Amino acid sequence: MSFAPQFFTTAESLVDSLDKKLLVVLRDGRKIIGILRSYDQFANLVLQDSLERIYVGDAYGDIERGVFIIRGENVVLLGEIDCDIEDALPLRQLPIEDILQLQREEAEEKARKDKLRHHLLYKQGFSVDFADNDLY
Amino acid sequence: MLFYSFFKTQVGQHVTVELKNDLAIQGVLESVDQFLNFKLKDIKVVDEERYPHMLSVKNCFVRGSVVRYVQLSPPTVDTALLQDAARREAQSTQQMQQAKPNVAPPVA
Repeated sequence: MSFAPQFFTTAESLVDSLDKKLLVVLRDGRKIIGILRSYDQFANLVLQDSLERIYVGDAYGDIERGVFIIRGENVVLLGEIDCDIEDALPLRQLPIEDILQLQREEAEEKARKDKLRHHLLYKQGFSVDFADNDLY
Repeated sequence: MLFYSFFKTQVGQHVTVELKNDLAIQGVLESVDQFLNFKLKDIKVVDEERYPHMLSVKNCFVRGSVVRYVQLSPPTVDTALLQDAARREAQSTQQMQQAKPNVAPPVA
């Protein structure tokens, strides 16, 4: 068989999501918003006019990323963005430098708390792994 | 194929998909495929505040490889049927192995 079985037996596909503005959540926690131009059976994606949106607390900031090709194994989910809700988001948008600063502070705070937690657990006899980069 | 067939019977039901990154999404199962990728519609995220990025999303596609659990509603599941199907599948796999011991069992 020269074609992947997917083309014949799949009950659903992403064809309905083509040319739509999508939110893609990646395994490293990043959120990319862009227009889906192409996909395949591995959920490899091509997004156009994409931006990486960073959320900190009730604020967010965007980084322009242009055309993105995402390898399917890194994809967690694709969400169709409802434009009406998007326009009325209760979050405030900040310039990217501010968001990156807030993100840095949040990461430092988290690292501090994790270190304390690790130390307390260690004293109790537990060993804790740090696996921050992959959400598994 | 067994679980793919099972989830096809669940299409239209309310389910909660819990992902490996701890995000839990409630919604109506719109479709499923052979990789157990799911499409959910009219979703509601459990513990919404932790996931502000999901606020404007009503329908989503979830890659099968990131799913930890799928929570179903008990009345919709015929466990006797499932047990039966599992037994039949196990038997047919066993028969294939006995017929050709050097051949690996078929990938469902």
